[in-house]
Amino acid sequence: MKHNLILRVIVKYLFPVIALFAFYVLFHGEYGPGGGFQAGVIMGVAIIFYALVFGLETTEQVIPPQILRILASTGILIYAGTGVVTMLMGGNFLDYNMLSLNQVEGQHIGIIVIEVGVGITVSAVMLMIFYAFASKGRP
Amino acid sequence: MTKSITVTALIDTLIDITLLVFLTTTAIAIIKIRNLFVIIMLFGIFSLHSAGLFVVMDAADVAFTEAAVGAGISSVLMLATLALTKDHEEKKPSHHARIPLLVVLITGAALVYGTYDIPSFGDPLSPAQQHLKPRYIERSIEETGAPNVVTAVLASYRGYDTLGEVVVIFTAGVGVMLLIGGRLKSRRKEDKQ
Repeated sequence: MKHNLILRVIVKYLFPVIALFAFYVLFHGEYGPGGGFQAGVIMGVAIIFYALVFGLETTEQVIPPQILRILASTGILIYAGTGVVTMLMGGNFLDYNMLSLNQVEGQHIGIIVIEVGVGITVSAVMLMIFYAFASKGRP
Repeated sequence: MTKSITVTALIDTLIDITLLVFLTTTAIAIIKIRNLFVIIMLFGIFSLHSAGLFVVMDAADVAFTEAAVGAGISSVLMLATLALTKDHEEKKPSHHARIPLLVVLITGAALVYGTYDIPSFGDPLSPAQQHLKPRYIERSIEETGAPNVVTAVLASYRGYDTLGEVVVIFTAGVGVMLLIGGRLKSRRKEDKQ
């Protein structure tokens, strides 16, 4: 699809909108529908959309497959690490109340941090799977 | 007041019927059609209709996930898989599927019979509404400060479960990499030799 002018122009306009929407879903998940999982999937879809039109080689120059493996594990580390931090601060595993003196503030910080972790892992894994399938088809 | 409520209920029923008719039509089309490319597209449409039904049932978070995963990413992944295979037509079964049909009919009848024991949709007296839900609805804002109760439950009250879910997704990714991702390098080396 590399030579399709209409698709190329539309992807260039739509990609930032989709990516921005992913961040909106991530940070607004506490107030409306959405959260880390949905945000991760939307971010993954945005990049896959780009890869479908501009080709896998171009996308791999921006996001190399090796980085995705690191990102996928980083997300889980952020999530589980939050639990370990709350344990070190004297609470139970994933007891966000320990993160701040104010209980609600601690919960806010905890929820946002783990949602970011979920988002990173989900988007990295989705892209990893797409890369794995798409690069098999290459001659 | 009562009149507007009946009108809303009527519109809800109409939307439900329309979506369910579309859903059934898509399902029948998926069974009948043999072209795999068309089937993948129909799967996406099926997911979109289910997402619509979830919205009607006020489950916005579930609808969001269904639309993003079912209609979005799984269609792309299935297309990518289809691009790797040679046959794009499903082969017609050579024999009549009488026994499978019988099994499906009996299982379906048992499932329909089972639904009679389920409390009706939105029943305030059902166990699910009585046990933990009132506690979440009453105290979640005060305890977590998150206006979306779904997020409060997923990320805070049930943080362990969500950690488990993320590990499941990670494991899925690792599984795919082990099955088809890792071979790429060795194959290229073989090509060079």
